[in-house]
Amino acid sequence: MKVKTDREFLDRVQELSGQNLNECYQCGTCSAGCPFVEEMDILPDRLIRLVILGEKERVLGAKTPWICAACFTCTVRCPRGLDIAKIMEAIRQIKLRKRKEADETKIEKIEDIKHLPQAALVSNFRKQTG
Amino acid sequence: MNILYYPGCTLKTTATSLEESALKATQALGIELVELKDWYCCGAVFSLSSDDLMHQIAPIRTLINVQEEGGDRVVTICDMCYNTLKQANLLMKENPDKLKTINAFLDEQVDYKGKVRVYHLLELLKEFGFNEIKKKVKVKLNGLKVAPYYGCMLLRPREVALDDPENPGILEELMKSLGVEVVENPLKTECCGSYHTVNRKEIVEKKTKQIVSSARERGAEALVLSCPLCHFNLDTRQLEAGRLPIFYFTELMALAFGLEVDFSEHRVDPKHLLEEKGILKKIRVMR
Amino acid sequence: MATKPEMAKIYIMGKEHQVPKELTIMGALEYAGYKYIRGAGCRAGFCGACSTIYRKKGEYKLYSDLACQTLVQDGMRLVQLPFVPAVKAKYDLGKLDVSKNTVLEYYPEIARCVTCNTCNKTCPQDLEVMEFIQAALKGDIEKSARLSFDCIQCGLCAVRCPADIKHYHVGQLVRRLYGKYMSKKSKNLEKRLKEMAHGKYDSEIDRLTRASKEELRQIYKSRDIEAAK
Repeated sequence: MKVKTDREFLDRVQELSGQNLNECYQCGTCSAGCPFVEEMDILPDRLIRLVILGEKERVLGAKTPWICAACFTCTVRCPRGLDIAKIMEAIRQIKLRKRKEADETKIEKIEDIKHLPQAALVSNFRKQTG
Repeated sequence: MNILYYPGCTLKTTATSLEESALKATQALGIELVELKDWYCCGAVFSLSSDDLMHQIAPIRTLINVQEEGGDRVVTICDMCYNTLKQANLLMKENPDKLKTINAFLDEQVDYKGKVRVYHLLELLKEFGFNEIKKKVKVKLNGLKVAPYYGCMLLRPREVALDDPENPGILEELMKSLGVEVVENPLKTECCGSYHTVNRKEIVEKKTKQIVSSARERGAEALVLSCPLCHFNLDTRQLEAGRLPIFYFTELMALAFGLEVDFSEHRVDPKHLLEEKGILKKIRVMR
Repeated sequence: MATKPEMAKIYIMGKEHQVPKELTIMGALEYAGYKYIRGAGCRAGFCGACSTIYRKKGEYKLYSDLACQTLVQDGMRLVQLPFVPAVKAKYDLGKLDVSKNTVLEYYPEIARCVTCNTCNKTCPQDLEVMEFIQAALKGDIEKSARLSFDCIQCGLCAVRCPADIKHYHVGQLVRRLYGKYMSKKSKNLEKRLKEMAHGKYDSEIDRLTRASKEELRQIYKSRDIEAAK
């Protein structure tokens, strides 16, 4: 099997997150505790492994970083002290910062805005729009 | 006691009940929350990218306003604001070069000196003393079985937690001082789904069901919480029959102090439960 | 004999021109031979049509202002924006269900405001733009309407905003909401409108319509100028 590695992608994720991804020893604690893991297509610890392996396309195409709610449960529990929430944010940002990439949340298509609390809209746009 | 107070946008628009009950309850304790004269939206979430300074501007502006109004402490009631302000403040403390850049960018403002401390109302109440709060109780909320719910922003990440992230107890202590019967809920620190309520509300509906059923199964008649976003999620996204009312901790405080509370913002009306327990009757009698 | 005016070297869309120093940017463009078919309106700083972005010699900042109100400077490099294609939300003012979140409903992007202050620095009218957007986000329609009152809708703020907020459209919605739903109604105005509908002034209007030029002149000269005591 031919594996295309993208070292630059790992570097960029590490730079934006400030985390050393190689510390991860795949214990799975983050995935086990993540409240939204059932909605994700790739488990958080698997996603980290894919970043290390340089699988940029797969990582940027995954649903996982967008299902992440930045609740920090993983961060608080990681036995290696990795801030996994920051790693998810780095992946989101790499995608959102591209010029022609569409936002994850389509602002124009939100239903029932008038009842949504400000905190929901502001935080959603911060995490899911560029 | 006076303290500068940062409301945040949500308390002024869709969660006015939280602010109203908080102001009533703190006044009854002799605590005056003095709203900042100038304040902006804090951004609701802390930006986690190491190179991002733009999204730190909004929380730092708030801290500058506190500084300029002569305060070294600011209290907030919204959990999201608390988490954002506290993490931003910490980032500036740990990275003086970032603070320097932000100060240079905010050239129309005075510099932020990094000396403001950010509090959540619950911390202030703990400082005030739960025993002192107990003394102010006029209407014991006996018989009301409530499950405390914390959510995320008060407890995570560890650097800004106001209690133990895995097994906090501050809401329980407050509830006991009000005479409420506390029901333990193992999902009390489980995220409600947060901002997914905007465009992935099925996720929130699922989490709400899990969190509320877990409390209901253990005998809870209601939940009590602090965050206006958690409140919106748990209050408006319960789909099953037998929906539990969701209280803000400040509403329970106000009731316990014999004050009236406006529940019109709640989707699941707590009035039936409160009537059943005779609590509203006791308050009416006191007027 | 008229003295030769002092000249300035300016760059219009990258092309060098020598223009008299006392001209506005708008005057300078016409002096240099450009003909305005867009981007010019009242020529008096009120209509917001002549939004311009320019740089000064030796400076790194980009400035924004109105072409009809800004004098040229030696070394100025400028471009005019004849139009800003910012989308305006569609709404029927009479049918809005007004709440604190009405502005968010039609312009949800105001929740993206990061308080960077770029709009304030860009506004040629020196309005408190960031403040009126924040007021709208907080549901304070009155404050937002008041602060945005002098907006001339030039669009420069929207062009530079990193969050893609269209401040001038937001301001317009806010002022309309305030005017229609919140400001005090003028009872005198309502009374007068009723009187007009009932024909109270019909005969007077009729007389004026039929009057000759001489009669009109006479009526005009003898009009009441001072307020009744």
